[in-house]
Amino acid sequence: MTDMLINVENLSRVFDVSKPWLNRVLENDEKKLLTAVNNVSFQINRGETFALVGESGSGKSTIAKLIVGLIGPSAGRIAFDGTEIASQGSVSMRQIRSRLQMIFQDPFASLNPRWRVRDIIAEPIRKFGLADEGDTQDKRVEQLLETVGLSAPDGAKYPHEFSGGQRQRVAIARALSAKPEFIVCDEPTSALDVSVQAQILNLMRDLQDEFGLTYLFISHDLSVVRHMATRIGVLYLGRLVEIADGKTLFSDPQHPYTKMLLDAVPDLEMAGRQRKPVEGEIPNPIDPPSGCAFHPRCPLANARCKTETPELAANGTGEVACFAVEEGRA
Amino acid sequence: MSDVLLSVRDLVVEFPTRRGVLTAVDRVSFDIRRGEVLGVVGESGAGKSMTGSAIIGLIEPPGHIAGGSVHIAGERIDDLPAEAMRKIRGKRIGMVFQDPLTSLNPLYTIAQQLTETIRTHLDMDDRQARARAIELMDEVGIPAASRRIDDYPHQFSGGMRQRVVIALALCAEPQLVIADEPTTALDVSVQSQIIAVLKRMCAEKGTSVMLITHDMGVIAEAADRVAVLYAGRMAEIGPVREVIKDAKHPYTAGLMGSIPTLMQDEDRLTQIPGSMPRLSEIPAGCAFGPRCPKVFDRCRTEQPAVRPVGEREVACHLFDPAMAQ
Ligand SMILES: Nc1ncnc2c1ncn2[C@@H]1O[C@H](COP(=O)(O)OP(=O)(O)OP(=O)(O)O)[C@@H](O)[C@H]1O
Ligand SMILES: Nc1ncnc2c1ncn2[C@@H]1O[C@H](COP(=O)(O)OP(=O)(O)OP(=O)(O)O)[C@@H](O)[C@H]1O
Ligand code: SF4
Ligand SMILES: [Mg+2]
Ligand SMILES: [Mg+2]
Repeated sequence: MTDMLINVENLSRVFDVSKPWLNRVLENDEKKLLTAVNNVSFQINRGETFALVGESGSGKSTIAKLIVGLIGPSAGRIAFDGTEIASQGSVSMRQIRSRLQMIFQDPFASLNPRWRVRDIIAEPIRKFGLADEGDTQDKRVEQLLETVGLSAPDGAKYPHEFSGGQRQRVAIARALSAKPEFIVCDEPTSALDVSVQAQILNLMRDLQDEFGLTYLFISHDLSVVRHMATRIGVLYLGRLVEIADGKTLFSDPQHPYTKMLLDAVPDLEMAGRQRKPVEGEIPNPIDPPSGCAFHPRCPLANARCKTETPELAANGTGEVACFAVEEGRA
Repeated sequence: MSDVLLSVRDLVVEFPTRRGVLTAVDRVSFDIRRGEVLGVVGESGAGKSMTGSAIIGLIEPPGHIAGGSVHIAGERIDDLPAEAMRKIRGKRIGMVFQDPLTSLNPLYTIAQQLTETIRTHLDMDDRQARARAIELMDEVGIPAASRRIDDYPHQFSGGMRQRVVIALALCAEPQLVIADEPTTALDVSVQSQIIAVLKRMCAEKGTSVMLITHDMGVIAEAADRVAVLYAGRMAEIGPVREVIKDAKHPYTAGLMGSIPTLMQDEDRLTQIPGSMPRLSEIPAGCAFGPRCPKVFDRCRTEQPAVRPVGEREVACHLFDPAMAQ
């Protein structure tokens, strides 16, 4: 039986990207709305790593922020272990706050530069009153530093005294200090060199095994996603176009966009071979194409694709939103 | 006529600072043959961009070339006066940088920028130059080139801008293009388009390319040979397949193992402990020594020389023939 931890249902988020009111009136401009996340539904089971992939602007970070309650949804709902996630400050949110944590791309921006590392790591312990009896706060910070591959004396240092990879370790230690069940990782290694990225990815896997963590893992690097994810959701212009088991997505992609994306990935195994260059570019999200948003770039598009919007439907072990797949034309 | 277009020998780039002289490029040597794509990889701070900047004479003072030589087609260019060097840039060496906006002027239309560059380097009148510009935009894959040529850079997407920059770099038909992270700011899907355009254009014209990137996937696909830099020094250089499939230098081997691939299932990635040293903290002997799984006594005191190993060159004591005895 699967044990669902996160349930995202029909989630949407719209941003108002209009010019200021006065400019709009003077220049006779219309109000502009950008739908960053459009009717997205998925579930994450306990202990798994669910990855979101998609090109820049496809809505990955917006979904991450919605899930940890940094911003609120325009429509739809997110439940964490059965409790609805609302934006910061609400009563229900305070109860689950310590159980979900987030790691960002730029560890420097997320660590207070004026605090010593041990205070940074201890903050969630204090905030959520999590020091166990017999287990002092200092002891716990020391353990955490060692867990992430740093040493106890490092606690006395400031963030700027560390390299990028070490700072990401500090950010992970801080996230772990709240004893979370679920960690949202938004491009956790994108700012790091590959040799350091390998250290962090290995560490994240070890921690998952040790503490039974569940991850939402966001990256634009498909080889990294393949290495980490148990299941993967593919986003295009704010919509999920395919959800599949990690290995299946790569060995047997269904959606034409997924296929195009995979064909475009440079890979070490490629030496000497030519990738298939992708056709066209992502359209303007303020004025997305009608019907299936991918139709202008899709080799399989027909008249229906231009007018109707395909919904995710079960396909094999995964889900796909594509008329060509549904009609057996893919 | 020699097959070698660019020849870099014992290049040294230094930065004087209050705490002493930092060596950002330390006796780096390599050749690029005519029509060849040489990939240059290495972690952030390894000296990739600095090597490229030194070749085109664009190192920001107080940084400067402190030793070695650079020849293009047999002619020495590292000691030329600024004005002569400016002529070589653009005419004989084209440049493509990570951010297309550093190469494009926001105040001028694409047409103005392309025709001006073409007319500076080639003997053409305005009408001919415009026709050539449209042709070039067509070649780099900009749809409706004749209509879009009068647009400003901000009216183009990032990928389209980078195509314009490639057109700009190639419009004087240079012998060498130095591309420094040309696709790093772009999405994977657009990356493949840009690399394909760059490769095709250079292949058609027989242009050599120095392709600087930290993305091994891009190198695997686009380069003929690859140079791996570490802490300002050459670690290994050779044919791209050999270096990827059968790395000799322990750093290259670690680097390749640390990259997840789309084909293989690896439970754990190879990890190299620690990180690359800062320029002010480069250890004695082999710069990679403190992170190297195969380090031995000699590595701690003596800097390994770059030695030929088959078709490759490797800077590691393990490959010193004297060690075999
Ligand atoms: N606060 C905001 N106000 C207006 N628009 C926003 C805001 N946040 C995000 N957007 C827009 O929403 C869309 C999705 O953005 P998001 O940051 O989620 O993309 P992403 O998939 O994380 O991309 P990247 O790979 O570049 O990080 C983009 O078009 C973005 O410009
Ligand atoms: N103005 C400067 N003064 C002192 N050191 C400098 C200066 N500019 C660059 N450096 C140093 O020179 C070294 C080489 O830098 P370079 O830009 O060539 O690295 P890179 O390999 O291109 O890295 P990246 O992948 O981050 O672009 C770095 O250690 C950098 O810190
Ligand atoms: S010289 Fe020594 S330390 Fe350097 S890479 Fe070779 S074995 Fe490792
Ligand atoms: Mg993002
Ligand atoms: Mg650089």
